[in-house]
Order: sequence, then structure tokens, then C-alpha cells
Amino acid sequence: MLVMAAALLAGGCTTVKPWERDLHARPDMQPSTLDGAIDDHIYFSKEASSGGRGFGGGGCGCN
Amino acid sequence: MALTASSPTHASPDVTAVPLFKDLSGKVILLDFWASWCQPCRQSFPWMGDLQRRYGPQGLIVIAVNLDRDRQLAERFLEQTPAEFRVEYDSQAALATEFEVAAMPMSFLIDRQGRVRNRHAGFRAAQRAERESIIAQILKE
Repeated sequence: MLVMAAALLAGGCTTVKPWERDLHARPDMQPSTLDGAIDDHIYFSKEASSGGRGFGGGGCGCN
Repeated sequence: MALTASSPTHASPDVTAVPLFKDLSGKVILLDFWASWCQPCRQSFPWMGDLQRRYGPQGLIVIAVNLDRDRQLAERFLEQTPAEFRVEYDSQAALATEFEVAAMPMSFLIDRQGRVRNRHAGFRAAQRAERESIIAQILKE
């Protein structure tokens, strides 16, 4: 989740559909630069937050 | 989370134009969207099978639409968690897009006139009774 959030931040905000789980296969999900992504990853880890400002909802449902 | 069909942010798709619903006029349809990787989806299947069994005679049709792009993943899921109701496939997510699926699973209750009367995102065991009550009420109309 955090790695995904970092990748999203590195690649810009992308709307992800709820049914698109194989996100790692998408070209726009690959980190183009790691520096900012790593910094954000560390930040979100320390903050224990879910991160992912551009995360367009979705994911699995309520349980 | 249950969103009413009267929510101004949701446009109702033209159910009568959906090929999936051909020959289902006059039925109450529980249209559910699921995927193989979705654990709450797996938990919802026995409940939906039970609904189909108990309310089928009153006109309920459960249709579970799979959104996996890899059909094999769906088939493996069904081997492990059999569906006692109709299963359809929407690998390009055309129907999911039309219905504005916002979470997985997500279900839509469609009345006998083809109107979307209830939208429900996710699956929680604690909400089964309430959801069943709504289905029973729509079936009685």
C-alpha cells in the first residue's frame, strides 16, 4: 500500500478503478525517480498514515 | 454503505438496454460485481447463494459479474467458492463503468420495472439482515 502510494506520488496522480488490482503491471505505476518516492514512503511510514494523495478510492470493499 | 438510487450524484443506467438483462423483465435483480482477489467478495457468495435459493421463487435473480481480466483467476475462485447463482463476465469493465462501480464488491438492486433502487458497496456480515429486508420489500411490490 505504501509502496503503491509512493509510486503514485512519483508518477503523478492517477485515477485507479476499484477493479484494477494488478496495479504493478501498469506503466504509469512504475517509479520514474525514487528520491521523492522514498522520502514520502519514509514520511508515511513514520506517520503511520495510509498515504496516497492521488489515490482515487476503490480497492477492496468494506469488511 | 448503502447509497439510495435517488442520490443526485448517481445517474441510473438504462437497465432495459443492457443485453445481460434481456428476458428478465418483471424480475428483481441483484447485480453484484466481484473479482477473484477480493476477500469480501468471497465472503458474500454463500449469502448470495442463500438469497437466490430462498427468494428465487418470488422472482429474485442474482447475477454476479466478474471483473478479472484473466478468466483463469475467476475460474480458480469459483472452484474454491462455488456460485449458486448466475455468473457473468465483464473483463473490459464496460458494465462496471456504466453502473459506476465504486468499490469491490458492489451490488445494485434493480426492481421489476428496471429501476436501480439500492446500491451497496462492500460486504459486511452484520449488514446482511438489513439488506435482505430491502430485497424482500422490493420483491413484494
